[in-house]
Amino acid sequence: MEKLKQFFKNPLGVTGFILILFWLMVALFAPVIAPSHSNNSPYMIERIGFSSLPVPPSEDAPFGLTSGGYNIFYGIVWGSRTAFRVGLIVVSTTLVIGVILGGVGSFIGGALDNIIMRITDLVMSFPFLIAVIIMSIVLGKGIDKLIIALILFGWRNYARVMRSEVLSIKERDFVSAAYSLGMNRIRIFLVHIVPNSIFSVFVLASLDIGTMVLISASLSFIGVGAEPGYADWGQMINFSRNWLLGTIDNPMTYWYTYLYPSIAIFSFVMGWTLMGDTLRDVLDPKMVKR
Amino acid sequence: MIKYLIKRLLMLPVILLFLSMLIFSLVMFLSPYERLAVFIPNADAVGSSIPFDELVSKYGLDKPFYVQYWDWVQRVANGNLGWSPSARMPVADALKRYFPATVELMLVGGLIVFLGGIYLGTKSARNHNKFFDQASRVATTIGVSLPEFIFGLLLLVLFYGILGILPPGQMSAWAEDVVYLGSFHHYTGFLLLDSLLNGELYIFWDVLKHLILPALAYSIGLLSVMQRIVRSSLLETLKKDFVTTARAKGLAESVVIKKHARRNSLLPVVTISGSMVAKMLGGAAIVETVFNYHGMGMFIVVAAQGLDFPAILGSSLLIGVIIVVTNLVVDILYTILDPTVTLE
Repeated sequence: MEKLKQFFKNPLGVTGFILILFWLMVALFAPVIAPSHSNNSPYMIERIGFSSLPVPPSEDAPFGLTSGGYNIFYGIVWGSRTAFRVGLIVVSTTLVIGVILGGVGSFIGGALDNIIMRITDLVMSFPFLIAVIIMSIVLGKGIDKLIIALILFGWRNYARVMRSEVLSIKERDFVSAAYSLGMNRIRIFLVHIVPNSIFSVFVLASLDIGTMVLISASLSFIGVGAEPGYADWGQMINFSRNWLLGTIDNPMTYWYTYLYPSIAIFSFVMGWTLMGDTLRDVLDPKMVKR
Repeated sequence: MIKYLIKRLLMLPVILLFLSMLIFSLVMFLSPYERLAVFIPNADAVGSSIPFDELVSKYGLDKPFYVQYWDWVQRVANGNLGWSPSARMPVADALKRYFPATVELMLVGGLIVFLGGIYLGTKSARNHNKFFDQASRVATTIGVSLPEFIFGLLLLVLFYGILGILPPGQMSAWAEDVVYLGSFHHYTGFLLLDSLLNGELYIFWDVLKHLILPALAYSIGLLSVMQRIVRSSLLETLKKDFVTTARAKGLAESVVIKKHARRNSLLPVVTISGSMVAKMLGGAAIVETVFNYHGMGMFIVVAAQGLDFPAILGSSLLIGVIIVVTNLVVDILYTILDPTVTLE
């Protein structure tokens, strides 16, 4: 509770919390804010006409239409669901995998720990972004496949952090005490080791949600993520690439095609970054005095 | 030390073997026909006249994983990385051509990240909790949250669309005419260096002008990370006794910080530089695509979009070598900088 109070005393943390809350509301009430008018899946961006030129904001489409008649407002509202889905699914799954691999490995130690760490090193020795690009190409287009690709390579940081935490926790006196009381190993691991080492993992997770959304947006941007027309912020910026420089007379002609999706990605990621930073400050005892 | 080096270098082929096995097995997820189709341009137009089954068995695409992998390893050992359909040249040639451009980008970006990060981090720590520190805290939060491609596009709109000074691409059309002329010698493959060696200062300036925006775009996030690391590490060091001693001796504050505290707080910078290189290689894929800069990152993206697996495997190997060597260099640097660390 004390920590929670500290969190909400920090203006940056509160800003982050409000940003996330805002996007959460948008995602929850997407069918109300931007009702779908077609029989297609609501996750496919609504199209008003098929004009190849972007259309400036109007009453029907408050943020304008990007090329192909895609409604930018609709895409951003429903894209928030995509962002939450990618962030939450990827991070929760990788967190569990990482905690199990890193935690169990270092708790048991020996050959198992060695093997797990060598695999982690191997995965670590390759740029994450390029690994995910290759993987999502192999799997094919679609957000679900992108999520799988992100999960396959995303657990490595959790395994590392969890391992180093467990290594220090398992030498502590209260663990020895639990052993001498005759507790079994599984119970010690679940009751004493995991709760005491999980905080750094949570901090990492909060920062990671932003990062994962950022990476999935980057991939959609270069055209290997979501399928065309799917409500995804990165893809909407991809649509706007050709209109970036406007016309010769006015380079800002098509500002709405990239400005709104950019703000959406940026504010979403920043919300998680601020939350993660504040969480770390609050949870890290070394930082309290500052 | 020497023994350790030899041991680590011997590990290099092993790591590459496992890495290539990993990537190769990813590729094997696709059916033989999908892997074959990449090599047949206009497959739709030529249609049914292609003897798919014959070709699949001729190139051994339906053989078991280990047979195909072993064939590939043997070819690579002979220096044959295969043919890249998307670049329309052998993979080795394509890498020779595109890799130097990425290295130049990484060097300029790295300069921004390290010098800028150390300078700004020091300044923040000196002005702890004052205006500069608070302002840079906000700035680095923005920097960490801003995706490279969005920042790149914003830079492009501002400096090219509105101001019209810094164009995308790798060099201007007129410079390209000169560079691909017979009289221009490609001594190193690095355009900046080559243009200087050829005495073509205009080309040097032109290439540099094209480099600035992409380098900025992908150093912003890492710069923010670096700034934070330097700041917190320096703040930690400033609390140590030897800093108090230095101050008590009456040394000027700038000497205390630059000569005593900062040198001792740069170890985390060295630690993170290994993963920075990996992140820069990944970031290059995005940034080069945004700026239409023909480097290895864009080569990988184009290859991936075209399911061009020889190119992907070849560049992955190269990236693996770079990362492993960088990590080795970082470890060695570590022992030089911190005498308490010994390698075994």
